[in-house]
Amino acid sequence: MKIVVCAKFVPDATADRRFRPEDNTVDRAGVDGLLSELDEYAVETALTVKEAAGDPGDTVVTVLTVGPEQAADAVKKGLQMGADAGVHVLDDAIHGSDAVATSLILAKALAKLEADLVVFGMGSTDGSMGVVPAMVSERLGLPAVTLGSDVTVDGQTVRIRRDGDTASDTIEGTLPLVLSVSDQANEPRYPSFKGIMAAKKKPVETWSLADLELSADQVGGSAAWTEVVEVTARPPRTAGTIVTDDDSGPAGSGAHQLVEFLSTNKFL
Amino acid sequence: MSNVLVLVDHTDGQVRKTTAELLTIARRLGDPVAVFVGDGVQDALPALGQYGATKVVALTNPELTQFLVAPKAEALQQVAAKVEPAAILISSNAEGKEIAARLAVKLESGLITDAVDVQEGAVTTQSVFAGNYTVQAKVTHGTPIITVKPNAATPEAAETSPEVEEFDVTISDAAKTARITDSKPREATGRPELTEAAIIVSGGRGTGGDFGPVEAFADSLGAAVGASRAAVDSGWYPHAYQVGQTGKTVSPQLYVAAGISGAIQHRAGMQTSKTIVAVNKDEEAPIFELVDFGVVGDLHKVLPAATEEVIKRKS
Ligand SMILES: Cc1cc2nc3c(=O)[nH]c(=O)nc-3n(C[C@H](O)[C@H](O)[C@H](O)COP(=O)(O)OP(=O)(O)OC[C@H]3O[C@@H](n4cnc5c(N)ncnc54)[C@H](O)[C@@H]3O)c2cc1C
Ligand SMILES: Nc1ncnc2c1ncn2[C@@H]1O[C@H](COP(=O)(O)O)[C@@H](O)[C@H]1O
Repeated sequence: MKIVVCAKFVPDATADRRFRPEDNTVDRAGVDGLLSELDEYAVETALTVKEAAGDPGDTVVTVLTVGPEQAADAVKKGLQMGADAGVHVLDDAIHGSDAVATSLILAKALAKLEADLVVFGMGSTDGSMGVVPAMVSERLGLPAVTLGSDVTVDGQTVRIRRDGDTASDTIEGTLPLVLSVSDQANEPRYPSFKGIMAAKKKPVETWSLADLELSADQVGGSAAWTEVVEVTARPPRTAGTIVTDDDSGPAGSGAHQLVEFLSTNKFL
Repeated sequence: MSNVLVLVDHTDGQVRKTTAELLTIARRLGDPVAVFVGDGVQDALPALGQYGATKVVALTNPELTQFLVAPKAEALQQVAAKVEPAAILISSNAEGKEIAARLAVKLESGLITDAVDVQEGAVTTQSVFAGNYTVQAKVTHGTPIITVKPNAATPEAAETSPEVEEFDVTISDAAKTARITDSKPREATGRPELTEAAIIVSGGRGTGGDFGPVEAFADSLGAAVGASRAAVDSGWYPHAYQVGQTGKTVSPQLYVAAGISGAIQHRAGMQTSKTIVAVNKDEEAPIFELVDFGVVGDLHKVLPAATEEVIKRKS
């Protein structure tokens, strides 16, 4: 079985994330980046499925990323966790691609890789649209079972539990299939020292758009179907009132002042 | 005027508040045409008319509800081909976003998700990077497809008496693939829906596992209850109530964070709340950077005392 994990390189959420002033796209170069934490759950899922397979030797886990030079780090992290191979789609023309274009690139690469099971994270931690898995499923004409918080692969059947707003559903589909997993799905492993050493010898291919029979005008900023008109930094919140609960009876207590605040602001 | 498609969000014909919001927004862009999938269209009709639907397209093909989202996207594509809408508005929940994603590929159209506002010309407002930036965007290719978050508009009535038009769709075999084999409904709590609530009281690791004080304070205010991921991961509260990056994004009038430190991923889900209040025993907790009003203190003391006082004042 061929399992491919789609994993994205994203700016670190704890760093000062920003937009490029010249074209209003996410600055991926000026800010430290890493494998999206939410895609670690996807890598973990793929590795668990492989380990549970009757003959794990027959299963290959490939990490696929579309992104700039530094995005190779995302592939590397996946390999360190235990994936077998990596593919990095790298092309200057890709910069500025929206979700629709990204899904086109991923779909072409997945077709080339002849994936049986494609595993996605629940959403990228930067764009967080959570739409790429459905778009890829649409393009490849494959079934999709998404936002799994529990995943089992049983022969050709993939079964997930999805905890929705009104119900907890069991959802089933048959391979080949697109799967996305939530951060409830598992506990991603840390790369071991052995894993880090082994990763250095694992095969990583770099593909250009030409390798995928795509042309530059199908992707990137000029092919984006949405346009950011304006970006505004959120004005800093004005400092609020902070009181200390001092146990000095009802009048002075934090609870009393809190209720006063709620009452003044008409929340009661 | 041109038509604007609104996909109705409902349970057996009970229309959700988000649909009234979508219809209100749709009227800024054209004539709202409501697309209703499943049974119960007659029950839904009054609500759809109240908020200005000029027409209701009913899709009752059983395959639409037997399988997951793919058939709904196919059906909407067929409706769009006939109606030629100026825009398509869908609720920003998991299913809505997937339908929108598929539709964008099918219609070769730009997609904007999680809009918190949509104005004339289909210019959207989104809140990104944990609410640190506001972005205005528009679709430049095809039919604008926009998923809209709850509370993006105040529903405004505009009485109409729409006709129901049955619309027959053909669903391909390829779309009939993933299916729900079992469904366990969540127990009703009697509290408001998290994403729609005007007031939310959330608890975190600081509750030590006892959500009693959080729930009691919420009930005194008529509020929904939320939780941090630390509380959810500890098994203290169900995941459906998690607020934050991988939980719900909420934007209530009042958000109360009790025993929550205010990590960036939590902020991502609540930073756009109108008024923020925190109770935390650590005066250095980052949540205090966000608050309009903060109490440094033990939530196990402060919340019960506040609950008692709210109940007293209200009676
Ligand atoms: C990819 C990713 C996604 C994530 N998504 C989310 C998300 O969606 N939602 C989310 O919430 N987190 C999310 N997190 C986790 C987030 O980083 C924090 O770990 C989490 O929010 C911490 O929860 P907490 O504030 O309840 O716990 P803590 O950070 O441990 O804070 C507990 C607070 O309670 C206070 N306290 C303790 N006892 C008392 C008391 N008796 N009275 C009053 N105060 C008390 C402490 O002073 C402290 O400030 C995510 C993390 C990652 C990596
Ligand atoms: N550039 C990319 N390279 C590889 N995978 C991606 C990329 N963008 C998105 N994905 C995958 O699609 C999922 C959803 O992304 P998004 O729709 O952007 O929130 C992510 O969790 C990844 O698994």
